[in-house]
Amino acid sequence: MAGEALALAAVLFALGLVGLLVRRNLIFVLLSLEVMLNAAGLAFVAAGARWGQPDGQVTFLFILAIAAAEVAVGLALVLRLQTAFRSLDPDAASRLGG
Amino acid sequence: MLDLLWLVPVLPLAGFLALTFAGRRLAKPAVTAIGVGSVGLSSLVAGAVAAAFLGHMPPGGVHRQILWRWFDVAGLRPEISLHLDALSLVMILVVTGVGFLIHLYSAQFMEEDADFARFFASMNLFVAMMLVLVLAGDLLLLYLGWEGVGLCSFLLIGFWYGEPANVLAARKAFVVTRVGDVAMAIGLFILVDRLGTLDLQAVVARAEAQWAPGSAAVVAVAALLLGGAVGKSAQLPLQTWLPDAMAGPTPVSALIHAATMVTAGVYLVARTGGLFELAPSIRTAVAVIGTATLLLAAGAALVQRDIKRILAYSTISQLGYMFLGLGVGSASAAIFHLVTHAFFKALLFLGAGAVIYACHHEHDIFRLGGLRRSLPTVTWTFVAGAAALAGFPLVTAGFYSKDLVLWRAFAGGHFLLWGAGLLGAFVTALYSFRLVFVVFWGETGTEAGARPGWRMTVPLTILAALSLVGGWLGLPAVLEPVLGAAEEMAEPHGTELLLQVLAGVVSLGGIALAWALYGRPGRHGDPVADALGPVGRWWRAGWGFDALYDRLFVRPYDAVARALEKDPVDRLPAAAAGLARGFHRALALTQNGRLRWYALSLAAGATFALYLVLTL
Repeated sequence: MAGEALALAAVLFALGLVGLLVRRNLIFVLLSLEVMLNAAGLAFVAAGARWGQPDGQVTFLFILAIAAAEVAVGLALVLRLQTAFRSLDPDAASRLGG
Repeated sequence: MLDLLWLVPVLPLAGFLALTFAGRRLAKPAVTAIGVGSVGLSSLVAGAVAAAFLGHMPPGGVHRQILWRWFDVAGLRPEISLHLDALSLVMILVVTGVGFLIHLYSAQFMEEDADFARFFASMNLFVAMMLVLVLAGDLLLLYLGWEGVGLCSFLLIGFWYGEPANVLAARKAFVVTRVGDVAMAIGLFILVDRLGTLDLQAVVARAEAQWAPGSAAVVAVAALLLGGAVGKSAQLPLQTWLPDAMAGPTPVSALIHAATMVTAGVYLVARTGGLFELAPSIRTAVAVIGTATLLLAAGAALVQRDIKRILAYSTISQLGYMFLGLGVGSASAAIFHLVTHAFFKALLFLGAGAVIYACHHEHDIFRLGGLRRSLPTVTWTFVAGAAALAGFPLVTAGFYSKDLVLWRAFAGGHFLLWGAGLLGAFVTALYSFRLVFVVFWGETGTEAGARPGWRMTVPLTILAALSLVGGWLGLPAVLEPVLGAAEEMAEPHGTELLLQVLAGVVSLGGIALAWALYGRPGRHGDPVADALGPVGRWWRAGWGFDALYDRLFVRPYDAVARALEKDPVDRLPAAAAGLARGFHRALALTQNGRLRWYALSLAAGATFALYLVLTL
């Protein structure tokens, strides 16, 4: 049971990572990030169920809170990017390149 | 009167300072008055001092005037002190007297020059430094004057600095004499280290007390001092700078050759004669160097075409006689020859200057000719000078002084050196009258333009008179108490007379040969140089010393300098810096500002770390 849940979490994490790397739209990048966070959360819940401990679910609640805060900041940055560069492509904001 | 001695070097020094700081704002007559007047006054003071000194000889024959203590460091207490004895008296009279005549002459010779004030400022400093040198009571002060004349020779040889060749000649004179100066400085260091003093009298006294004759220390000191003297007096192997020193204005050549600079080496050896007496091997070396130099330089003078170069090589040759005199232990004969040489060589240079002045700066003697008719005063004074140089018997000063040197060599048992000196005397007579006959007799070459005025002819006439009668001055008798009398002569008086006759015959023979080869009407070309062929060309190039030194020293030095120009030692630090810069570039590439690229590298790094954790 736990093995299947961890495999699903790994697949979700990989999908999120691939989405993060290949999407040029920042909103989709944030979405991929959410997928990765939830993959991590799923792994915690599965592990907690496997060992009969509540810590996994507690950690998942923390992750939810962090994800909410992260999305709030991220979307605010997306809005700034849109007004500054008229684009949602993060590569447009590469002025700090060495 | 003797207390005024300090004025002798100070007056020309004051002239130098006045001309350096105010010379540009002064009119030419004022510059002339200061430049010539300071040396003139100095010579008057020197004359008064001489009268007082000879009239009332101070005890021991030495008058010392201590002006102030220079410094006091670690037991070395050199003083600014003046040392007047018969030797320095003779030297200051020659330096100021001949120097004054040359200054007077320059007032006309340099009249058209834009840098009139700078010329007289340098000339005054030259005379002042030479006076410091000969009056110094302390070897350190002597060294100050020694370096001072070196500096002034550099300034004056390169006086016309617009021509690169002149500047090169000045640099060569400076560098070549510097080789000798370094040797001398090391000699002085040894004296300070071992004897703890540089005072002239104390050095000789302590050396005699402390060092056995022929011991290593005294031989080293004498050899090093000889090195300095060889450099300054243009003897083998450091003689190459003097012929090139002709790049300066002609009065400068006269000053360098007669009154200042080249006589310094002879003076130094005579002054430190006590040290050389303790080192007989070095004293023999002095005689051998002198003899070799006098022969080589006489040979080179025989085939030169430039009037000033002939005189330059003849100076080297005559200095060789002085070294021969010093080497055979007769410093008084050497100084006697120095004095008469100062008269006739100043005369010859000033005469040559008058010829060059009149003939539009023509130096080649074979393009001159027949000047006897257009420049009579110059001709007769020049003939007097050349006769003195050739040692024309009985009526010239050069005959007596050169003969005294040769006689002392013979009486000392140095028959080989005596024979070489006699051969040199023959060649001297030949080349000096070759010069006279080619320039003043024969067909007219370059027309004489400007006539020399009284400021040029008066010094010529006075010097001509001195060149003729200077031999009867009886200088050796005055000098012998200071420089040590020659050893008792074993030879009877008749031998000396016989040798004098022989020397006279040799001199006359040289002059006669010069007449036969160059004097007769209808002569063409240069028979001596033609007869010598390639040897003559070798001699004309100064026996190839310049080429040899060029190969041995100048070119390797240039090559090293050129190799070091690109800083090869800096390669290693530069490589380290280059490596750091390369890494920097590589790392800067990763900072491209692309968010997804950063995410990828983060993911790759995390994967790698995970892989390590799982496998290790």
